[in-house]
Amino acid sequence: MYEQAQTAPEHDLEGSSAPRAAKVDAASLTESQLSPVLAVKNLSFAWPASSFQIGITDLNVKSGEHWLLEGPSGSGKSTLLQLLGGVLLPQRGDVRILGQSWAALTAAQRDLRRADHVGFIFQQFNLVPYLSALENVLLPCRFSQARRLAAESRGGLKEEARRLLDALGLGVKEIQLRRAARLSVGQQQRVAAARALIGRPSLVLADEPTSALDANNRAAFLELLFTEARSAKTAIVLVSHDTSLRPHFERHLTLEGGLC
Amino acid sequence: MLMRSLLTLAWSSLGSRRFVALLTVACIGLGSAVLIVVEQIRMEAREAFSRSVSGVDLIVGPRGGSVELLMGVVFRTGTPGRGMTFESYRQIAALPGVTWALPVSFGDSHHGYPVMGTEADYFKHFRYGRSQPLAFAAGSPFADIFDAVIGAEVAERLGYRLNQQIALEHGLEAAMDAKHSHQDKPFRIVGILQRTGTAVDRTVHVSLAGIEAMHADWVDGRPPDAFDKLSAEEARLVVKTPERISAMLVALDQRGAVLFMQAHLQKWPAEPLSAVMPGPALLELWEIVGVAENVLRGMSWCVITVVLVGMLTVLWSGLEERRHEMAVLRAVGARPRHIFLLIIGEALLLTLGGVVAGIFFAALTLSALESMLVQQYGLSLSAAFSGRTIVPLFSGLVAAGLLAGLLPAMRCYRRSLSDGLSPETGG
Repeated sequence: MYEQAQTAPEHDLEGSSAPRAAKVDAASLTESQLSPVLAVKNLSFAWPASSFQIGITDLNVKSGEHWLLEGPSGSGKSTLLQLLGGVLLPQRGDVRILGQSWAALTAAQRDLRRADHVGFIFQQFNLVPYLSALENVLLPCRFSQARRLAAESRGGLKEEARRLLDALGLGVKEIQLRRAARLSVGQQQRVAAARALIGRPSLVLADEPTSALDANNRAAFLELLFTEARSAKTAIVLVSHDTSLRPHFERHLTLEGGLC
Repeated sequence: MLMRSLLTLAWSSLGSRRFVALLTVACIGLGSAVLIVVEQIRMEAREAFSRSVSGVDLIVGPRGGSVELLMGVVFRTGTPGRGMTFESYRQIAALPGVTWALPVSFGDSHHGYPVMGTEADYFKHFRYGRSQPLAFAAGSPFADIFDAVIGAEVAERLGYRLNQQIALEHGLEAAMDAKHSHQDKPFRIVGILQRTGTAVDRTVHVSLAGIEAMHADWVDGRPPDAFDKLSAEEARLVVKTPERISAMLVALDQRGAVLFMQAHLQKWPAEPLSAVMPGPALLELWEIVGVAENVLRGMSWCVITVVLVGMLTVLWSGLEERRHEMAVLRAVGARPRHIFLLIIGEALLLTLGGVVAGIFFAALTLSALESMLVQQYGLSLSAAFSGRTIVPLFSGLVAAGLLAGLLPAMRCYRRSLSDGLSPETGG
């Protein structure tokens, strides 16, 4: 109940993700498509006891774009993702999601907004081990009404989850009902991708999602992820040290100096 | 919707740690069972105490402890002492100011139920609870020597009906051999009393003459040889007034005179007697029982505390290995308070499961204890709980469980704030 009460004002400001998708489908270059999903300006962040700094001068991720942010291994890539996702706030500069600055929101508001608009994929251990693949995919819809409604509007909650798993190569029902802890790493990553995409969030932030996969699986995984993201008009920002991924992406940003 | 999802999540999470969860539920179950059983017995005991006797101003018996006298006469449990002479009874009954007096005589039993010899007026005068008189479910008071009136418990347990013949046994335990049985002089059931919830329910009432007739051929408390045996009809002819009775009940015209009468009887010239006021004596007895009962009660709460601390430990020790899980939940949109509710939900499920199991265990235990308690202590225990006992206990236990869940939930809540979405990078 209170869920609804809290999310309602936000919907008034932004419109839910369903109408947003509809606008994009209209294929006219409306303002919502042109204005960035994620905008970063003069970002700088450093952990208190650390000398290294994260910095991005300018980054604009538009709806449906796929970005690769490259940085050397062992740098603050995870930290950067948390900054982009509004988990951490930058010391200087500004990160905006759908035109709204994370810093201007309270922690609770950031949580809500993140749940509604951002999907995450991590390097590994993405899933709740005791839930089935299907239940894991459905998790975001339990916590975000916007994503639940968006998923339901595509022919039912479970059906949409099954469709996503199927599209990502996990169509076998037995696998969908298998506990996450008993899936292979490759399967787990694909479940994580399906989960990040369910309910058509505006943005998926991915942290080295392919590093646990071999080269073949890596390409296949990205291919499936992009195909689904494209049809949902979801923007993808992937952070990795792996320069071999570059050919898969239409845009990339090398984080020099800052991320080292 | 969300609360249900969280509970489902908590359920699945516990399901993944099935063994530990079941152990915890079993522990909570046993702990609450102890508490419920103790509480139930306590309530029933108090109830039985307050109901046991009314309208009797003094219980008079041989010199000795008031508790012993009370136990014997009111609860019909103790073996009778030397008793008192019938002569003293007759004189006391005739004292001015005495409204009525009734002799009582113990020493025999029937299938473990005490046999009490008294007079037919007992059914007219005796009161229990709030001055309720005894009522007959069937039949009438005894008239003949070999008539018996049985309590509701006796009738129900042994399945007796009117006009059935029963054999009484010598002594309070079931007869060891045929010699100590009074089966040669059977009694006929002429009355069945309504349930009172007191010791009356498990008493077989016969006339004093009946007691005498049973023992007419006995010498010095020993059974007769086959030679000297008297038949029931022969016993009828030789029966005389008894020499001794176990004790007597006295009611006075004026309750104000009770202290004076008590003092008078304590100095009875013919033999050493003691006179006990049932009210204060019951209170005294209750205090003795009450101490033990409070100790029991305290101990059962200790058991519960230990059990809940056990649950806290289980939840707490699970948190470290579940940091990843919490981070994942945060990443899919769970707010810190959802994490808090998830842990509380797990505590709630464990406690609820435990308490429900506890009620089940307690019901089993009580029904197993029931017959023993009824026969030995006159506590008519109902395995069916009264809402008065179970509702506060249930809510108290669940509240305690939630309280125990609060600590790990708080810790998880705090950490989910600082950990962010991945535990490795958190501060």
